Amino acid sequence: MSLDVTNFSFSYGKSPLLQHVSFSLGEGQLIALLGPNGAGKTTLFRCILGLNEGYQGSITVEGSEVRSLSPRQLSHRIAYIPQIHYPAFQYSVLEMVLMGTTHRLSAVASPGKSEDNDAMQALSTLGIEHLAQRDYGRLSGGEQQMVLIARALVQQTKLLLMDEPTASLDYGNQLRVLSAVRRLTRSGYTVLLSTHNPQHALSYADRVLALAGGTLAADGPAREVLSPALIKTLYGVDAVFSPDGRYILPQEVLSC
Amino acid sequence: MKRSGHGLLIILLAVLAALMLLSLCLGRYAVPLREVLRILLSRFTFVEQTWEAGMSAAVLNIRPPRILLAALVGACLSIAGVSYQGIFRNAMAAPDFLGASSGAAFGAALAILLGLSSAGIAVCAFCFSLLTVALVFFVAQRAPGKRAANLILAGIMVSSLFSAGTSYIKLVADPSSKLPEITYWLMGSFSGKTWHDVRFALPFMLLGTVPLFLLRWRMNLLTMGDDEARAMGVDANRLRLLVVVCATLVTAASVSVSGVIGWVGLVIPHMARRLSGNDYRKLLPTTLLLGAIFLLAVDNLCRNLLAVEIPIGILTSFFGAPFFLALMLKKEASL
Repeated sequence: MSLDVTNFSFSYGKSPLLQHVSFSLGEGQLIALLGPNGAGKTTLFRCILGLNEGYQGSITVEGSEVRSLSPRQLSHRIAYIPQIHYPAFQYSVLEMVLMGTTHRLSAVASPGKSEDNDAMQALSTLGIEHLAQRDYGRLSGGEQQMVLIARALVQQTKLLLMDEPTASLDYGNQLRVLSAVRRLTRSGYTVLLSTHNPQHALSYADRVLALAGGTLAADGPAREVLSPALIKTLYGVDAVFSPDGRYILPQEVLSC
Repeated sequence: MKRSGHGLLIILLAVLAALMLLSLCLGRYAVPLREVLRILLSRFTFVEQTWEAGMSAAVLNIRPPRILLAALVGACLSIAGVSYQGIFRNAMAAPDFLGASSGAAFGAALAILLGLSSAGIAVCAFCFSLLTVALVFFVAQRAPGKRAANLILAGIMVSSLFSAGTSYIKLVADPSSKLPEITYWLMGSFSGKTWHDVRFALPFMLLGTVPLFLLRWRMNLLTMGDDEARAMGVDANRLRLLVVVCATLVTAASVSVSGVIGWVGLVIPHMARRLSGNDYRKLLPTTLLLGAIFLLAVDNLCRNLLAVEIPIGILTSFFGAPFFLALMLKKEASL
């Protein structure tokens, strides 16, 4: 598995959003993508997923340029885990997860027994096989997010893209989802995860990519890269780190 | 595993078959069920004739095309509705969403004004129905912004344009002969339908239904939104185009022979969703059978309720609108 973004630039009309962004992702890592609102995280994700082709530079997955791959080909290489949302129609958890098997079926086929087994296996990898027959819409936010992860696992790709998975979850579910994601990376998955919480990046990520000011402002191991200076650059606020470097705290909380 | 869904389909199929048999009995000229069975059997083997000649004409020639057509149109409008709901991710979408019905209405009114035969009316309605949806699609494709929202807006505009055209035709139509014919057509009816109508509509109905059936699993992915569908390997725009073409084909084929029949494509998918769940693998066949049963049952009421035949569009509205009002008032309603 490899994802290589080389000299990536993107503009909306005449105003450039991102310029000369380059990075490569290897196997078995949890990579956190940080950046303030509007820094281009979502745009970068959309380009990697082949949803937006109006960029310069190149994005290759396993050596193939994303632009040249059909949706079906790309879905064999990258799986996307969206934020939880209320679906237009209610499906059971098993039906939701089965949707991830579609790229293995011919255009006119429906999933059968073997896909059912794949889906159940993905659910049990995450320890939620007991939810299979429940209505997706009636689950808690954390459970819904786990189901969406299972749907991505059943796509049988090694690269997973997660769009702010913790954005609408309570504290407990945030930690449960993040630790599940970290376990996946230990079994060989590469997860690129965007987040607004630098503490999550510090606690869970192996590596941090930070977008700010239209470029890649930082790239490296989380403990080395995250610093008060980077927080200031990214978010314009003052923060301090605990002496052991494991916690980020707002400056003003300490000074009173 | 929740795979016992075939039971539901078998029950619906049995209900449909029983209802078809019953429909052969019912009518101005009632034929007892025993005679109907004997007449049907006489087609295949020797049965002593115990029935009047008129009975066999009703059971073999007059009623079957009408029964078949009512079931086919009910099935088609319903699966068109449920398909549109998937691609628009909206349970309130209906087959006439993109102007198929108002286009057909205009085409039929124009054909009646020009004095065409009943076959000519069907062809003209069919062509204008397709033309309207093509126009809607063309406009929506060229407009910037969200594709689904554009389609809905363009559908409203173009529908209203063709409705204005229909109104104008009604204004200039001869009020003693042509105007009543147009008005009657617009209310929808299976009265006087023959095998010609079945032969005209059936090929287009099959042409649209078969692909919808084959693609029914993928329609589930469209309800997740374009981006997610694409990330799971489905080209959402291409699939949506295909589904729109097929759903429009069956709608156009239906309304061109039956006239405008509202509510079926909205009410039946709702009931089917409650019976089978939202997975299109089961939802589509359930919707199809339920639609056939519903419209055939309503058509039987049209034929038998009053001394004069009631246009079917009136009765479907009588059922459809209160059904939705009841649904609105119910607490768990998931509109």
